[in-house]
Amino acid sequence: MTIVYDDEPDADEIPVRRIRFTINGAKKVAEVEPRLLLAHLIRQGLKLTGTHTGCDTTNCGACTVLVDGKPVKSCTMLAVQVDGHEITTVEGLATASELHPLQEGFKEEHGLQCGFCTPGMMLAAKALLDHNPDPTEEDVRWALSGNLCRCTGYQNIVKSVLWAAEKLRS
Amino acid sequence: MSQALDEIKIGGLGASRKRVEDNRFIRGKGNYVDDIVLPGMLHMEILRSPLAHARIVSIDASKAWEIPGVHLVMTGEMMATRNLAWMPTLSYDTQAVLATDKVRFQGQEVACVIADDPYIAKDACEAIDVTYEALPVIVSPAQALAPGATVIRDDKENQNDNVIFHWEVGDAEGTSRAFAEADMVSRLQLHYPRSHPSPIECCGSIADFNRATEKLTVYMTTQAPHIIRAAVALVAELPEQMIRIISPDIGGGFGNKVPVYPGYVCSILASILLERPVKWIEDKTGNLISTGFARDVYLDGEMALRRDGKILAIRMHTDSDHGAFFSDAQPSKFKIGLMHSAFACYDIPYAHMISRGTYTNKAPGGVAYRCSFRVTEAMFFQERMVQAAAVDLGMDQAEFRRMNFVRDDDFPHRTPFGFLTDSGQYGACLDVGLKAVGYDNFLQQQEEARSRGRLLGIGISTMTEPLGAGNSREYDILGIKMFDSAEIRVHMTGKAMVRTGARGQGQGHETTWAQIVSHELGLPADDITVEEGDTDTAPFGMGTYASRSTPVAGAAIAMAARKIRAKARRLAAHLLEVSEEDVEWELGRFYVRSAPDRGVTIQECAMAAYSNMPDGMEPGLQNQSFYDPPNLTWPFACYIVTVEVDPETGVWDVTNMVAVDDCGVRINPMIVEGQIMGGLTEAYAMANMQFITFDAEGNCVGSNYMDYLLPTAWETPGFELHSEIMTECPHHPIGAKGIGECAAVGGPAAFVNAVMDAISYTGVRNVDMPMLPDRVWEAMKYRRDVSGAPPVLTDE
Repeated sequence: MTIVYDDEPDADEIPVRRIRFTINGAKKVAEVEPRLLLAHLIRQGLKLTGTHTGCDTTNCGACTVLVDGKPVKSCTMLAVQVDGHEITTVEGLATASELHPLQEGFKEEHGLQCGFCTPGMMLAAKALLDHNPDPTEEDVRWALSGNLCRCTGYQNIVKSVLWAAEKLRS
Repeated sequence: MSQALDEIKIGGLGASRKRVEDNRFIRGKGNYVDDIVLPGMLHMEILRSPLAHARIVSIDASKAWEIPGVHLVMTGEMMATRNLAWMPTLSYDTQAVLATDKVRFQGQEVACVIADDPYIAKDACEAIDVTYEALPVIVSPAQALAPGATVIRDDKENQNDNVIFHWEVGDAEGTSRAFAEADMVSRLQLHYPRSHPSPIECCGSIADFNRATEKLTVYMTTQAPHIIRAAVALVAELPEQMIRIISPDIGGGFGNKVPVYPGYVCSILASILLERPVKWIEDKTGNLISTGFARDVYLDGEMALRRDGKILAIRMHTDSDHGAFFSDAQPSKFKIGLMHSAFACYDIPYAHMISRGTYTNKAPGGVAYRCSFRVTEAMFFQERMVQAAAVDLGMDQAEFRRMNFVRDDDFPHRTPFGFLTDSGQYGACLDVGLKAVGYDNFLQQQEEARSRGRLLGIGISTMTEPLGAGNSREYDILGIKMFDSAEIRVHMTGKAMVRTGARGQGQGHETTWAQIVSHELGLPADDITVEEGDTDTAPFGMGTYASRSTPVAGAAIAMAARKIRAKARRLAAHLLEVSEEDVEWELGRFYVRSAPDRGVTIQECAMAAYSNMPDGMEPGLQNQSFYDPPNLTWPFACYIVTVEVDPETGVWDVTNMVAVDDCGVRINPMIVEGQIMGGLTEAYAMANMQFITFDAEGNCVGSNYMDYLLPTAWETPGFELHSEIMTECPHHPIGAKGIGECAAVGGPAAFVNAVMDAISYTGVRNVDMPMLPDRVWEAMKYRRDVSGAPPVLTDE
């Protein structure tokens, strides 16, 4: 984030670190305060607002992104920790012409209502399907147990993931 | 031969149409408040009180002002100079915006900082030095009402105790007589614990005051933008036409986003003072400890019974804990909301209720969390009392309910507390539920299991609840009547746009509102867009909560569409060169009665409205409707749960959950089922784990998601939904009733009744929610009731 301060004596004491990373396939360089959270780098710095912050305590999972393919709650990871790593957010799921089967699945099976938890749910589900293409309902429930939804009651989210798994297999 | 369109194919009534709003949400392209960035925008953070009750001795913000990037620090003292230190609540009380004299609950807003970025604003909040002098803390009505209790609201003239209201309803004399004649009296005392709606998205706002135009635009997380506009006009004394409230996508509401919160007010004042946009985004702890809680009511209930199982009368006494400011977000004239809708599905001649409201040192709110204003408590109390009475009588719990149900041919029916129910098939719903769960078979298994030391239980909850406030005679918010509105514009090419005064938060309005228009006008739903939430463009309405969108705004849509169809008929007569009386309607087209092949489509009529109208006809094809419902809608539900309790640990597992919902006509069955499953999950959460409590010093236990437990996909059981029974709402234009909240309202009692049934051998009458394993274990081990009331400070 670029912040312009009034030129006061303390202003030049703000520490900044330069990091390089890949997000949704694009290579980036950023100068960040060491305390900057990854979620804020993604939302404010990169203007990718599909990653939501819900709880700030690693519980709700709305901010889930993939770092090197692993689901990570970006509200409690520092931006400097992704130096040299690869990030995938919800904006990286679809291509220009095609939705990811998980995105289709969530629409087909009514796996979302307010939509706030949805990006995190889909990324947690992607991490599951990437290493387990044929999960059971129990596998899905366990893989999503770090993500909260207050609208759906999960039953349709589970169905959505199973729908996507089947489509990916065929 | 009819050339009517296939309604399901065009996405009309009854189609499980896929949701149009999903297209943006699955791409991460929703537009929630925190996603909005305005040029020159600053960020606001709030400093909250760490103590539950204390006098503010001093506030020193000088260090905060020194931090680079800080633009403004606001305190109560500064708000007071602008007459904004206090604001009115929705229940005719006052609430502190920023504390001046005292803090009255933990988490109360004390000061706020506006800075270049949220990190700096947080740093500056920490640099503010507040000196407090602690005062005695009250965390329950029992403490609040004790002789000599500290008066929490000493800011109010003539407030010499902690009582907010003392309210009575029903027939005291008739009830006393019935109790005197009863064969037996069944009594139950319990506490519906404090809970928090806790949408995943917290509250927030961006206030943008433009000095050049004098216009204030506020983007905010509100379920009722028009009410907010009115409130801002009244509180900030700004001209109403200069205020624009925009409620963008909302990440869940559940009642939490109805009230006006201090953060909104502070961001507005800051923007006016700084002439820059100011964004306030609450963190989860701020949301959980300071914004609208729900429930927190104690019941002492009695039921007068005849030996054969007939209920003769009900007596209820409730003590409700409203926190430090009475800001219940409810629009009725009844002090404890619709608590007296209890027992509406039972034919009971007499009832009487006394309700007392108290102040405590807890957060204010009293929101209708996925319910109509205290209906959740009402139905929980009802179904717990019904189960206790069945046990006391030694009667089968299903049969006891059935014998006391209002019969299908007995509508309209006056409920024991005076509501008028209008429709339902209660016995038929119960039958579907009992069959689905395999009731008789289960009772047999239960007995066999008990002989082997396994504890199985079955719980039933049946209820009809009032949804969809108004009517305007009895329901208003600060005098504004509870109607709702819709405006429909049919464009020249036969496409259309709908706007309503409601504001969805995940209910799927953009999908279902189009379906109602489709049903009325025969336009394909895909040709209709829906827009809500902007007070500059939407017609005035009262917003979305209490399951009122379909009953009220949905009805307004149908009525506006019918006005459009009436004009289209005149256009059709003109195009067909016949008189209007000779024109007939079938879905999508008008035709000549004597020559059905001669017709025009609704799209052709739309084109004519702009290009070929008859002489003297006003051009265009649009209309609006303000709908004042003649009554509430009364959906019915039967929820049945089976559980197994571990006798060693008190842990209980749901083995089956059956839900039978009769909500009248289902506009979109897929969405209705989604609403029911969401509600059942919240019911399970409240029964199992989700509650907010306080220690004796008023510290909120449940101030983050590590302490405030919400079920995940792992814990949440599966649900079996049934829709076999459908009773149309007799007064709604398309026969629909509310549904968004039934399961959260009626569900909790089914889970609790099931666990109580499993441990019925102990003779314990009640274990308060949530039925945590240690509570169930305590009940089994010591054979005593387990209360969930907050602890009381003692001298030890």
